Amino acid sequence: MSETADQLLTTKDGKPLKAALAKALRRDKLRALALIAPLLIFVLLTFVAPIVDMLFRSVENDIVSETLPRTVIELQDWDAESGVVPGDATYNALHYDLMIAAEKKKHTQLGTRLNYEETGISSAFRKTGRRVDDFGEGYTDQFVALNEAWEAPATWVDLLASPDWVKSQATWAAGDQKATAEPSFVINDTARKALPQTSEIYGAFARTIQVEDQDSPTEEEPWNAVYSALYEDLTANPAAADAFSGANEALLSEAAAAVATFTPVDIKALFVKADKDWGEPSIWQTIKTFAPAYTSGYFLNSVDAQLTADGVQMKPEDERIYLFLFGRTLMLSMAITISCLLLGYPIAFLLAHLPLRTSNLLMILVLLPFWTSLLVRTSAWKVLLQQQGVINDFLVWIGVISDAGRLVMINNQTGTIIAMTHILLPFMILPLFSVMKTISPNYVRAAKSLGATNWTAFWRVYFPQSVPGIGAGAVLAFILSIGYYITPELVGGTSGIFISNRIAYHISSSLNWGLAAALGTMLLAAVMILFLVYDRIVGIDNVKLG
Amino acid sequence: MSSLPPYASTGQRVWHYSYLAICAAIFFFLIFPIIVILPLSFNAENFFTFTPAMLALDPEGYSLKHYYDFFTNPDWQQALKNSVMIAPVATILATSFGTLAAIGLSQSHVPYKPAIMAVLISPMIVPLIISAAGMYFFYSRIGLQGTYWGVVMAHAALGTPFVIITVTATLVGFDRSLVRAAANLGANPVTTFFKIQMPLIVPGVVSGALFAFITSFDEVVVVLFLGSAAQKTLPWQMFTGLREQISPTILAVASLMVAISIVLLTILELLRRRSERLRGLSPG
Repeated sequence: MSETADQLLTTKDGKPLKAALAKALRRDKLRALALIAPLLIFVLLTFVAPIVDMLFRSVENDIVSETLPRTVIELQDWDAESGVVPGDATYNALHYDLMIAAEKKKHTQLGTRLNYEETGISSAFRKTGRRVDDFGEGYTDQFVALNEAWEAPATWVDLLASPDWVKSQATWAAGDQKATAEPSFVINDTARKALPQTSEIYGAFARTIQVEDQDSPTEEEPWNAVYSALYEDLTANPAAADAFSGANEALLSEAAAAVATFTPVDIKALFVKADKDWGEPSIWQTIKTFAPAYTSGYFLNSVDAQLTADGVQMKPEDERIYLFLFGRTLMLSMAITISCLLLGYPIAFLLAHLPLRTSNLLMILVLLPFWTSLLVRTSAWKVLLQQQGVINDFLVWIGVISDAGRLVMINNQTGTIIAMTHILLPFMILPLFSVMKTISPNYVRAAKSLGATNWTAFWRVYFPQSVPGIGAGAVLAFILSIGYYITPELVGGTSGIFISNRIAYHISSSLNWGLAAALGTMLLAAVMILFLVYDRIVGIDNVKLG
Repeated sequence: MSSLPPYASTGQRVWHYSYLAICAAIFFFLIFPIIVILPLSFNAENFFTFTPAMLALDPEGYSLKHYYDFFTNPDWQQALKNSVMIAPVATILATSFGTLAAIGLSQSHVPYKPAIMAVLISPMIVPLIISAAGMYFFYSRIGLQGTYWGVVMAHAALGTPFVIITVTATLVGFDRSLVRAAANLGANPVTTFFKIQMPLIVPGVVSGALFAFITSFDEVVVVLFLGSAAQKTLPWQMFTGLREQISPTILAVASLMVAISIVLLTILELLRRRSERLRGLSPG
């Protein structure tokens, strides 16, 4: 005996039994996972990724920092509380940003985005975008008056383009120009160091005209903003010309000497002239507030609050709608769930206590609506409930109401409640029925034999045993109801719509996707919490169908 | 509850019959809206209510013109064609992935089973409007928005939970010693699967497929956002019809769809009975 206790149990081929068993178990696990993997990957890609993307989109906000990079950097040092507008450097930065954005036609998108936070911004961006091209014209005229060479595109290319680009551009120009696009413009290193602003704006100019208009920088006169940048560079660094050689050095030295005598252009005044909002601190506060790449703005919006320079504040009374809509969604869902329970309980009770043959037959009356298309049922209710519809006609015919006094039962909350109760009733009846089936009749019999009346026996003995069914049915009906879209949209009018209709509106009409995502995320959170409750009551594995 | 004892008091009798009357009224509420559209779809006029001629059972008051419209109108025919192109493909995808996964999930050692189950069931739980929103954003990013395959994949994802649930339910009653017996008699795993396991779980697979089919065939929210005009399905066409130009052709379509539901329901019921008989759960 003592010998075998020391020995390891082994399989026939001498491996330890423990290891062999572990190996077999691992193989089992891998096989199970291999069977699940295709669906898991499919669902992750087609369903979970979109949901995660939506969560991400509800906080994503890189449009401001992407469209106005220079302005955002300048605004970092500006005190939003100060009550005064930022300095001239910020206006200059915005001048360049807006110039590039306007040429890429992105300034209106940004305007629309910021307009969600403060009305009026959209028009400021649109108006300024139309005029920003002329802001630097004063400098252009002065440079050209100084030396006509500044008007020639070749001067700029010679000054700023890298020699490699010039070579490859020449090869391209000599060949079949239609076959390929012009090589993408590259700035030379000397210019990048000596004239940083000019290089940057000219680079943006060259690439924009190449991509947007299929033009070549060798043939186009640069934007006025480029002259404006050159003025700034030369003012900041009068010795910039020393970095260059030959004709470029001469040209730049001449310009550097002259810029001191140039009449400066008041960029800020031009902005204010384009739209007076630029003279107010509030527009700058909004830009600064929404500069970070992530924002809580959409979530705040979906609870009727907004992010201002002074922190989070509630919106003005007359602009609050979402809390009200969430409240109404919950109230209507509750009303629908309660009507489902009131109508479903007697039916489930009857079905559970009839002989099998009869109850199977009656069950068809429950299952047929369950299997009928949602749109079929919604259109049926539309037909029944409208003012010239079947129910009103019938009531007029039997004389309950007069022809003039036809009931309004559709395009309001009544319509939503009636139609949704009908649609969700099977979801209440089926779980109730399956719970009631398992309640033994002996308890009620015992109660009665001990002297309980029918009511007491039902209320004190039967009803408590059916509560799990009520819980399961009610939570299921409630979960389904708060996310409903089609039926409220068709029979709810304006007073019977849910939060989901608002989400759809923001996706397809107002195009405020961030807000739609934030509202969706909040609705999803509500459903998830309810689902955990459902899981507690019923268990996710016990979901049954039909 | 089903019958009254002979000694019941008057009060009990009154209560019993009023209870039955209430139940009858609720059944009426459940079934009436579906029944009422059938005669209305044969209306000779373009009305949504019974005309005097219909009430008088005058043959003049009835006609097949709305059915004729459905079968000749190019809008409706295109919608029908799209539905028939989308739903079966989505069903095949959902059923094949779902059945494999259900078999995997029913093995005795599955790591992270609750988490996997939660992910796989999630398309059924998340409200459709949220799935639609998320898919719209995501599929636009990757260029699937407004394409046939985008809609098919979305519908397949929505249908898989139903396949998982029905097939898992069938597998719960599956006697695993049959598989061992087959292996013992020399069958390889593939033969065992097709000869032993598959015939027994087929009712579950078919009813799962029916659920997946009806999910796709009836689905309107997701296709409304994900599809372009080229993917306009029957429910989508009904939705626009109801919202914009309400024409009684909708009632003809609705009646046809009720007929489809009845066929599906009958098949499911037959399958359920067969499955219970095979597993010896009920006398027949």
